[in-house]
Amino acid sequence: MTDLRKRILPTVQKPARYTGGEFNEIKKNLDDVRVRVAFCFPDTYEIGMSNLGMRILYGVMNEMDGVWCERVFAPWGDMEEAMRHNKLPLWALESQDPVKEFDMIAFTVGYEMSYSNILNMLRLAEVPLYAKDRRGLKNIVFAGGVCTFNPEPLAPFVDFFSIGEGEEITQEIIRLYDRAKAEQWSKDAFLLEVSKIQGVYVPSFYRHEYNDDGTLKAIVPLYNAPKKITKRIIENLDAAYWPTKGIVASTEIVHDRANLELFRGCIRGCRFCQAGFSCRPVRKRSPEVLFRQAVETLENSGINEITLSSLSTSDYRGLKELTDAMIPYCEQNRVNLSVPSLRADNFSRELMEKLQTVRKSGLTFAPEAGTQRLRDVINKNLTEEEILTTCINAFSGGWSNVKLYFMLGLPTETDEDVLGIAALVYKIIQAWKEHASNKKRGLRVHVATAYFVPKPHTPFQWEKQITPSEYLRRCKLLKEHFYSKSIEYNYHSPDLSRLEAVFARGDRRLAPVLEEATLNGARLDGWDEYFRYDIWRDAMEKCGLHADFYTTRGYDEEELLPWDIIDVGVTKKFLLRERKQAYGEKVTPDCRHGCAGCGANCMLKEVDCDA
Amino acid sequence: MPRALFEKIGNSAYISHLDLMRLFQRAFKRAGLPLTHTQGFNPRPSVSIALPLSLGVESHCELLDFDLTGDSVSCEEIKERLNSALVDGVRVLQVYEGGSKIKNLSMLDCTINLEYDNGIPADGLRRLSDFFTAQNIVVEKSGKNGTVQQDIAPMIYSLNVNACDANIICLEARIACQNPSLNPIQIVAAIRKYLPDLTPDYAHFCRQEIYQADGTVFR
Repeated sequence: MTDLRKRILPTVQKPARYTGGEFNEIKKNLDDVRVRVAFCFPDTYEIGMSNLGMRILYGVMNEMDGVWCERVFAPWGDMEEAMRHNKLPLWALESQDPVKEFDMIAFTVGYEMSYSNILNMLRLAEVPLYAKDRRGLKNIVFAGGVCTFNPEPLAPFVDFFSIGEGEEITQEIIRLYDRAKAEQWSKDAFLLEVSKIQGVYVPSFYRHEYNDDGTLKAIVPLYNAPKKITKRIIENLDAAYWPTKGIVASTEIVHDRANLELFRGCIRGCRFCQAGFSCRPVRKRSPEVLFRQAVETLENSGINEITLSSLSTSDYRGLKELTDAMIPYCEQNRVNLSVPSLRADNFSRELMEKLQTVRKSGLTFAPEAGTQRLRDVINKNLTEEEILTTCINAFSGGWSNVKLYFMLGLPTETDEDVLGIAALVYKIIQAWKEHASNKKRGLRVHVATAYFVPKPHTPFQWEKQITPSEYLRRCKLLKEHFYSKSIEYNYHSPDLSRLEAVFARGDRRLAPVLEEATLNGARLDGWDEYFRYDIWRDAMEKCGLHADFYTTRGYDEEELLPWDIIDVGVTKKFLLRERKQAYGEKVTPDCRHGCAGCGANCMLKEVDCDA
Repeated sequence: MPRALFEKIGNSAYISHLDLMRLFQRAFKRAGLPLTHTQGFNPRPSVSIALPLSLGVESHCELLDFDLTGDSVSCEEIKERLNSALVDGVRVLQVYEGGSKIKNLSMLDCTINLEYDNGIPADGLRRLSDFFTAQNIVVEKSGKNGTVQQDIAPMIYSLNVNACDANIICLEARIACQNPSLNPIQIVAAIRKYLPDLTPDYAHFCRQEIYQADGTVFR
């Protein structure tokens, strides 16, 4: 007889997401395994399998003797329904064993709107949600990823957080667990010991006290827990693990290509960007190592596309050397080389032309703001001239598709700045009319505006988010000033970004909101098909909280911030200085024009900051 | 153009047709066997699979046509190298030159296991055997142009009904698979429509062998 799971599979969409069995998947003999880790990605298979961090740590954990790390993803709605209906608990792909049988349950969290999936997955796994209800060493839940730079909204659910880059710390944690399990420690004893590893944050070791106005009064460490948790970094990326034998998905995933990581950190300092500050200092891989990794990855996977990843590819010093080696190899082996995040400089233009030989995709810019004044405020040093020059070159070379990304609601933004977006788009249309080599094709300009979400550990971490109605007014104002048929304008719905802002700067009191909302069906919030703001609004109300407190209120510079416990290397003093610069409409040159003194370089002992 | 006969069983049955094409393209690359590419604006590796399988259906007789460039490699070696680059459940059984034209592929044998959780209903075997001797068996078929009525009886050349155990009835059917073609799922649809109390709790499908119109095995 066919088992229940196999009977369900033909009835759900894309069943290959749930079977495992892909090429390069890691299977181990349970007799040789002492620690089993269920590595959960709180979104669907297609998203999670495209996540580089997950691929790295999957390899890092499975490199360890006696440790077997398996993958778990959030099921799509149809599968979730079938699982609940048939009382099938969430399983891991490799062994198909239930998650609740695993020693450790790890989450990588890269997006605030996936918090509901974390709770939903724990429920589907039949694992108690709250850390205090999981008594023993089994089912220890830990989490890492960029969102954990403010871990507070998840604090009561997670036993401990692993802050920063995971290559080394994850192994240290699991080694300790291995010993704890062998010696039959209590959970408390393990937590006490694991909290001594640099970068580990045990939230139950801290008591949060609040003022009458609801702001945070104190974070009180208990049991001699450290006052600050300093994130972990890998100093020498050339020596760090890289997954050159990664799993090749048998079904289509979002980013179905091989990856190289050129460097970590960013020299630019766009003031709204969390990654730009929290991933510092800048550390690079050498072109030789990258080329070797590229060849190995491509040969082991058979994939025919490879991407050069980083926060700002043009800032990679070895870009010419690397692409000089990569382009002939890729041409010979019929591999597409994709180079995103290029700046509009001369070398990048030449490089784009070289890559052109394969395929002509669209041009994408992220000016983020419509006027030079506001671009100076946010320190996005992309000038109108650079945009127009690049467009003119592209149009005369036959391109006819431009995508432009902006944010609305940036600090100090006025209607003039909003209309500046329309003005810029018209200059681009004008440039096309004057320079297009083939006008018959017509021009498409896609404009998208996002609702600005202030993020922790950025110079804008104290800023007010504008109200949803004000955001919509600005969207409408902009829309009214787009006259050309060539323009396609899309704007994000404000509800999702408002909720993202709540959780991005949220505190521990939001945990019951997460519990309540997920009880009422909130999950897969990043997907339009599933997102329902009313569930969240009701949950907040029931828990006596208001979204305005975390969004439109803004945070005082003197206020104790929930994420002050986390040290990402960049000092608060620097962030305040940058905020002042922003209000003075002054740019801070990129790090290569002189160190701006963010403080992150102090984390380095073996190498210098590559800025 | 060489051809590979392969099986697709176990979890690989849930890999869709399009995904399977991509999976083979990558497997060839991993195996160091460069495929030729189609001409045109968007060159694609030349692999094609005859008679796409429905999701969840297993098979022991799938055909893949492909074309290699570069140094010549023996059929046996192609088979070995591909198998070391494929996923669990997809296994090449044979690689050969000079396969018959796909248009001569006409019928196939499939098994349909009807699973009854509470045991085979009384008289189930006989009633099924009798039912499939009917001259006309009309079921709905939903396609691109909406739902149409389809008489599946002329496309079933033979059908044996056996009990595998107390819970499973195994249908062994030889059916038309090209011009016209019968999706074996329709056989279960007919049972659901005409013998509703014999509707199985689950039906498992597996292709066993493919044939030319004259009944010789197709290769």
